[in-house]
Amino acid sequence: MATQQVSIDDATREAGGGAVRRAVKDAAIWGLVALGVLGPLVGLHAVQDIRGFLRLDGRWGLLAVLVGLVVAGSLFGSLVVEPWKERRARTRPKAHPLAERARVGFGRWFPPVAIAFVAVYPFLALWLTGFSGSIKWIDNFGIQILIYVMLGFGLNIVVGLAGLLDLGYVAFYAVGAYSTALLAKEFGLSFFTLLPLAGIFAALWGIMLGFPVLRLRGDYLAIVTLAFGEIIRLVLINWVPVTNGYAGISGIPRPTFFGIPFTASSTGFAKTFGLAYSPIYRGIFLYYIILALALLTAWVTVRLRRLPIGRAWEALREDEIACRSLGINTTNTKLTAFAIGAMFGGFAGSFFATRQGFISPESFTFMESATIVAIVVLGGMGSQIGVAVAAVAMIGGTELLRELDFLKAIFGSAFDPTQYRMLLFGFAMVLIMIWKPRGLISTRSPSVFLKERRAVSGSLVGEGRG
Amino acid sequence: MTEPAPILLEVDHLTMRFGGLVAIDQLSFSTRRGEITALIGPNGAGKTTVFNCITGFYKPTEGRIAIVHGEPQMWEELDALTLKGDRKLALANGALFLLERMPDYLVSRQAKVARTFQNIRLFSGMTVLENLLIAQHNPLMHASGFTLLGVLGIGGYGKAERAAVEKARHWLELTDLIDRADDPAGALPYGAQRRLEIARAMCTDPVLLCLDEPAAGLNPRESAALNELILTIRDRHDTSVLLIEHDMSVVMEISDHVVVLDYGVKIADGRPEEVRNDAKVIAAYLGVADEEVEAAEAEVGL
Repeated sequence: MATQQVSIDDATREAGGGAVRRAVKDAAIWGLVALGVLGPLVGLHAVQDIRGFLRLDGRWGLLAVLVGLVVAGSLFGSLVVEPWKERRARTRPKAHPLAERARVGFGRWFPPVAIAFVAVYPFLALWLTGFSGSIKWIDNFGIQILIYVMLGFGLNIVVGLAGLLDLGYVAFYAVGAYSTALLAKEFGLSFFTLLPLAGIFAALWGIMLGFPVLRLRGDYLAIVTLAFGEIIRLVLINWVPVTNGYAGISGIPRPTFFGIPFTASSTGFAKTFGLAYSPIYRGIFLYYIILALALLTAWVTVRLRRLPIGRAWEALREDEIACRSLGINTTNTKLTAFAIGAMFGGFAGSFFATRQGFISPESFTFMESATIVAIVVLGGMGSQIGVAVAAVAMIGGTELLRELDFLKAIFGSAFDPTQYRMLLFGFAMVLIMIWKPRGLISTRSPSVFLKERRAVSGSLVGEGRG
Repeated sequence: MTEPAPILLEVDHLTMRFGGLVAIDQLSFSTRRGEITALIGPNGAGKTTVFNCITGFYKPTEGRIAIVHGEPQMWEELDALTLKGDRKLALANGALFLLERMPDYLVSRQAKVARTFQNIRLFSGMTVLENLLIAQHNPLMHASGFTLLGVLGIGGYGKAERAAVEKARHWLELTDLIDRADDPAGALPYGAQRRLEIARAMCTDPVLLCLDEPAAGLNPRESAALNELILTIRDRHDTSVLLIEHDMSVVMEISDHVVVLDYGVKIADGRPEEVRNDAKVIAAYLGVADEEVEAAEAEVGL
């Protein structure tokens, strides 16, 4: 018995020594990889000298710091984080109903608090930053984020609920924007007439995309939808007589406050209400329009999830053949998912057109589709809260990263933080996906329950192959 | 039982070819209302292909599959309907469907033929209760005014959903799953998943339930409970059963009628005791020469 004990101790000690050796080896490999990748990217720096020739400078100090960080991170990970995780997994009991309940509780209190916050947000911004400072916070942050929240909610129906990977979602955004712009310019219709029209047009295009891709699944579906998005963009570029090509459409009428325009004229909004003219009023008005649209999308999606159609979408994501054996017309079910998702994209596009006053094909590139898909995936497929949080993180995060001037204090005044914006952002995405591989909210909340609503673990939920 | 029950489903000269492979060759059989019909045969005999043809997942190369609801007089219309080229005929006293002409989801929705799968196909990320509500998709879809009224909260959707939950509860009690109603289907043990799949199929109100190897992977106790469940379905719910099974204890104990397939051809058709003594069946299963049949039979206890 005693000898056995000793041998076990030996074994653990040996394993401990082995762990250190392994950690050092891993760290060395990581260091080499980092050196290989960062060497050309960071270590070498092209500078234009006084005669206009390009000269290569070495930034060996910075390179050493970065490689050192990678090595230290790797060591920290394998020597501190991994043992800690193992210990935690060993000590913590498998089932933790309290944590589960806390999560459900979070789902209950978070939405009202978040809605209350976004409802007062413009005034909060106005109060904290004043008239001139708040434009940035309301327009660049508030409106921009809410557009993507809305797009995320819309795509969430197609990707998150129905499990149909759509990489060309921006096409419907474009259809909404261009139909609003063209109809407003040609027929002088107002924004509030055009909003539903844009939704209907986008839904029709959703059905038109849906028909040919009904038989496709998974990766194949993704590629065709991607191509569809590009087709729409190329048509917008090349059909110059109608869309004005690359030059885009400008002078799209801005929305009015029930007929009162947001101008400095005597019939404008500011004069009518006896206020000093400021562009902020239009910003706040637009903010509330997009907020209402986003909330409408969220509300409709919540309702749809509890109706048979929403359940059929989720069932389609789980198992299409079983759906057919239960009498569900999968063709119609997929088409409604495409149409309703596209409709919300169309609403968002219509809003985008009237907010910008100018649209061009540049705004509807594949990058936009990719961003929206990233929001849905990062949020956790099918989760509305997750999508909203992810949109705030992705769009707000990239905007906030413009404000990294404090980094100059660390890296010197020659350091331009905005250049590292996308790098940092990509890095954050990778970290989040390592930490939460199924998105921020990885559990599914059942649409109906008999005794109590218990969240379904993400590992059981299908990702959709259709 | 003096007079045989009326015919429910008639499979007529069914042939299914996959390229050059003939999976089913000129198969004809029928199932009667209120009976349990077993379709048995060695591996690869084409049993699941027959199921896929009946439930519309495959379009048969040749043949006719017809089912009657209501009065058996509807069978008199069969040839007229076949010639007319339609897929269904609904009259006051019943309805006649030609399943080979219907897409899979209409076979379930209109002809009321439900099925389960050999490799269980549940919606594993959804709860047990949700699985049973999805099976009631079509009536609920009507109740929600095809979503339009449901979104706005107009109409009797709430009532319809409560009724659907009640029906689900009935089946959960019968299948002994009521305590797991709010658990995800994927988290259930294997035997419970099999029962849930049957409960889900029954929630579509079928007249014919097709079970593809329901006892596969069950232990003897679960298998006995399954027999009980299938008999309940037959006796209390006006649903006839067609089942594929390898477990002979299930087949011999509960079925009223057995059809034996081998290489896509029917080799026997009759009551269980007739089939079990059929030399061709024994040869197909055990692959022995006819003179050794007695010995082989004794060995496996048939």
